[in-house]
Amino acid sequence: MTTEATNPPHTAARSGMSELKRQRVRAAMWFLVPMLAALAIVAAWPLARTIWFGFTDTTLNNLYGGEFIGFENYLTWRELSSGAIRWRGILADPSWWNAVWNTVYFAVISVFFETVFGMIVALVLNAEFKGRGLVRAAILIPWAIPTIVSARMWGWMLNDQFGILNDIFLNLGLISQKIAWTASADTAMTAILIVDIWKTTPFMALLILAGLQMVPRDIYEASRIDGVHPVKVFFRITLPLIRPAIMVAVIFRTLDALRIFDLVYVLTPNSAATKTMSVIARENLIDFNKFGYGSAQSTLLFLLITAFVALYIWLGRVNLSGETER
Amino acid sequence: MKWVKLTSFYALVVVIVVIAVFPFYYAVVTSFKSGTALFRISYWPESLNWANYISVLTSRNFPISIWNSVFVATLTVVFALFLAVTASYALSRVQFRGRALILMTILGVSMFPQIAVLAGVFELIRFLGVFNTPWALIISYTIFTLPFTVWVLTTFMRDLPMEIEEAAIVDGASPWVIITQVFLPLMWPALVTTGLLAFIGAWNEFLFALTFTSSETTRTVPVAIALLSGASEQEVPWGNIMAASVIVTVPLIILVLIFQRKIVAGLTAGGVKG
Repeated sequence: MTTEATNPPHTAARSGMSELKRQRVRAAMWFLVPMLAALAIVAAWPLARTIWFGFTDTTLNNLYGGEFIGFENYLTWRELSSGAIRWRGILADPSWWNAVWNTVYFAVISVFFETVFGMIVALVLNAEFKGRGLVRAAILIPWAIPTIVSARMWGWMLNDQFGILNDIFLNLGLISQKIAWTASADTAMTAILIVDIWKTTPFMALLILAGLQMVPRDIYEASRIDGVHPVKVFFRITLPLIRPAIMVAVIFRTLDALRIFDLVYVLTPNSAATKTMSVIARENLIDFNKFGYGSAQSTLLFLLITAFVALYIWLGRVNLSGETER
Repeated sequence: MKWVKLTSFYALVVVIVVIAVFPFYYAVVTSFKSGTALFRISYWPESLNWANYISVLTSRNFPISIWNSVFVATLTVVFALFLAVTASYALSRVQFRGRALILMTILGVSMFPQIAVLAGVFELIRFLGVFNTPWALIISYTIFTLPFTVWVLTTFMRDLPMEIEEAAIVDGASPWVIITQVFLPLMWPALVTTGLLAFIGAWNEFLFALTFTSSETTRTVPVAIALLSGASEQEVPWGNIMAASVIVTVPLIILVLIFQRKIVAGLTAGGVKG
C-alpha cells in the first residue's frame, strides 16, 4: 500500500491517457458493483437488521410481529411496590456475564498458548534439518481437519470411561483416577482449550514462520561469529524483528477466539462452564424463541469485536510509523 | 555436547509430529473397530473391520449429506471467485478515489463475527424462501468467502508488473478482455489457492449450516456428524462417528498435502499482509 502512494502513476503521456484512464475507472466501477452489492445483501443489511431486532421484542415464530421496545432487551428496571428496584435485561443477566467471562477467558488463554507453542513450532520449522517437509505436512493435519470432526475425535479421546487420554495420563501417573473431562464443570473449559490449542497452533506457527523467514540469515551469522548466546539472539534480535508478524497473528486469532461457537456446541453441550457469547446468543435466538433478546446479545458481541478491530487498526498505524522511522 | 543438542532437537520434532498426528491416527484406529473392541483401549490397529464404514455409507442420510456439502462448497467457490476476479482487478490495477476505503471495508467484513449477522440472514433467507435448502448456505457463505477471496486476489494482482497489461492497453483492449485474456491465464495458481481455501471454509462451516437447515436430508456433513447420536449417552455410535469423520477428512488432508506450499502462501498472504 505504501508503494502506491510514493510511486507516481505509470503514465508515459499523461494527457493522452486521460480518456483511457476515465474509461478504465468507469469499467472498474462496474466490476466492483456486483461484489459490493453481494456484500451489502449478505453483510451490511443483515447486520443492520440484527441491530434493529435487538431493540424489539420479536420472536422466532413471528419475525415481523415485533414491536420497538427501546433498550429493554439491554437493561430496564421496575420499581416494586416495596420501593426496591428490580433490574432486568442482558446487562443484569448473570448467565450473560458468565458467557462474557467464558469467552474472554477462553480467548486470552488459548491465544497465549497458541502463540507460545506456535513460536516453538515455527522456530523448529525455520531450522534446517532432515525431514522438515514431513513435519510441516504433519502440522497441517490439525488445521485441515474440520472443527466439528476434531471436536468429535477429541470427545472420544476425552471420554471418561473409554478415553485414551485418561489411560495415557493414568499410565504416566499424572492423574490418580479417571476424569470426566467434558462433563465435569471443573475440566470442561480445559477440554475446550486443549482441542482449540491443538487445532489452531499450526495456523499460528505458519504465520510466525512467514515472519521468521523474512529475517535475513546473515544477522544470525554475524551474531554467531560474535559469540552471542542463542537465547540472547532470540530475545534481542529475532523477537523484535518478527514482532509485527506476531501482533497480526495474535489479533487475527483473538478475533476468531472471541466468536467461537462450534467447538463448544459439540464438545460440551449445555455446560454453563463453557457457554460463550456466540453460543448463548444463538440459544436465545433459535432455541428459546427470544429473537430480539438474542439479537441484542449478538449486537454486543459485534461491538466487542469492533473494539478489537479498532485496536488492530490503531496498532497497525503504530507499526507503520515505526517502520518509516527506520 | 553436540549430540545432546541434536537428540533433544529431534525429540522435540518427534513430540510435535506425534501430537499433531495422533488424534487423527486414533480416529482411524477406532473407525476399524466394532462391537466390544471399541471399548478396549489399544494404541495400535488390531483389526481391519469395515463395518462402520459400510454402516455409514449405506445409511439413509449420510451420503445425501456428503452430496449436499460438495454441492454447497463447489457453488460457493464458483460464486466467490466469479465476483472476486473482476473486483480484485479493479481494486489492484485501477487508480480511483475511495479504493482504500473499499479495501478497509472488505477487511472489516472478513472480521465480522458470524453470529452478528445470524438474525438478519435468517430473516433474509426466510424472505427469499430458501430456508432449509442448499441455497440458504450458498448465499450466506458469501459473507466469509468473498472478502477473503477478494483480499488475497487483490494482493496477488497488485504484485504483477505493469508491463503485462501495457501491450493490451496500447492495442485498445477493453478491461474485460484484459482480465480474461491477460490476467486469468496468469492467475491460475492464485485461483487454485483461494478456491481451495474457500472450499475448505465452506466444507467446514457449522453455525449457518446448523441454523438454516432443519431436515436430515438438507444437512451438510459437519451438521450430520455433530448430530450423530444414540438413544442415550451410553449408546453414542462412536465407531460410526469416527468412520464418518475419517471419510470427510481424508479428501481434505490429501488436498492440503498436495497443495501445501500454495496453501501456506495463501494463508500468510491473507494474514500477514492484512
